[in-house]
Amino acid sequence: MPSEEAESADAALLERLRTGDSDAFAEIVRAWSPMMLQAARAYVSTDASAQEVVQEAWLAMIRGLDRFEGRSSLRTWILAILGNIGRSRGVREARTVPWSSLGPADDAAPAVDPDRFRGPDDQWPRHWTPLGKPRAWPRSPEEETLAAEDRRELEDGLAELPEQQRMVVALRDVHGLTSDEVCSFLDLSAGNQRVLLHRGRSRLRGLLEMHYAAEAEVMGT
Amino acid sequence: MKDEQRTPGLTIDCQEIVELVTDYLEGVLDTDMAAEVEAHLQLCDGCDIYIEQMRATIRSLGTVPVETLSETAQSELSRAFRDLRGPAAAP
Repeated sequence: MPSEEAESADAALLERLRTGDSDAFAEIVRAWSPMMLQAARAYVSTDASAQEVVQEAWLAMIRGLDRFEGRSSLRTWILAILGNIGRSRGVREARTVPWSSLGPADDAAPAVDPDRFRGPDDQWPRHWTPLGKPRAWPRSPEEETLAAEDRRELEDGLAELPEQQRMVVALRDVHGLTSDEVCSFLDLSAGNQRVLLHRGRSRLRGLLEMHYAAEAEVMGT
Repeated sequence: MKDEQRTPGLTIDCQEIVELVTDYLEGVLDTDMAAEVEAHLQLCDGCDIYIEQMRATIRSLGTVPVETLSETAQSELSRAFRDLRGPAAAP
């Protein structure tokens, strides 16, 4: 549900675009193209194709500005344009990813290794064991100063996620799309979108945890 | 034991929490369940740390470098915009 503030900001932006304000256009091209390049990869398989699809989408937006009725946000509208162009392009490239499904069953690992929880005979079944309990990380991985290696770990982990999980995590957490935007762009149900997000995020948390644990071992703590 | 089981926060176990965390962070749990998760987090250090790690993971995903359109493509688009919508193109 877009806030009133977001709606009036959107209306102001639309007005600037309609009156030919090229700074406003350059601004949204800069702001939204990274997210669109990621989204385009849902339909095409190479960087070059994705660049072309995104350019085409912007051109279609420029031409369609007068027809846009403002029933959705501008960002949702450009995503819809991108989806149409991407789909027809993807058909030609014979790339078919079943975005509405959850992927292979073996992508459905539990969020945390079951061995880290107490067994059924314990006084506290299914609660953390003393050894399995998460330990606070030595730093937050987004801290600028120390983050280079942590971030690489995260980028590698993201690249290795199953395709559907990677797409949903990238659009939501890297590019900041809303769940509604992701669901409508990928034609996913809200429930499936959350399952993919959950599996992807859980796996990445686990990778960072291993990364910090390995580091603690080296430091002898 | 029976009483302990009814204590708010303990009708739910840690192994469940780690699978509910996304629904919790997305705000889609019903009010009772969300309250139960919160009560559990008050009691359980491990889950509290776990959920903070999920938040940290999400925040740090927001700092991953991203690709963008080539400079050439961006200036081509700006030119197209000026040609089609700029003052000169007005009827």
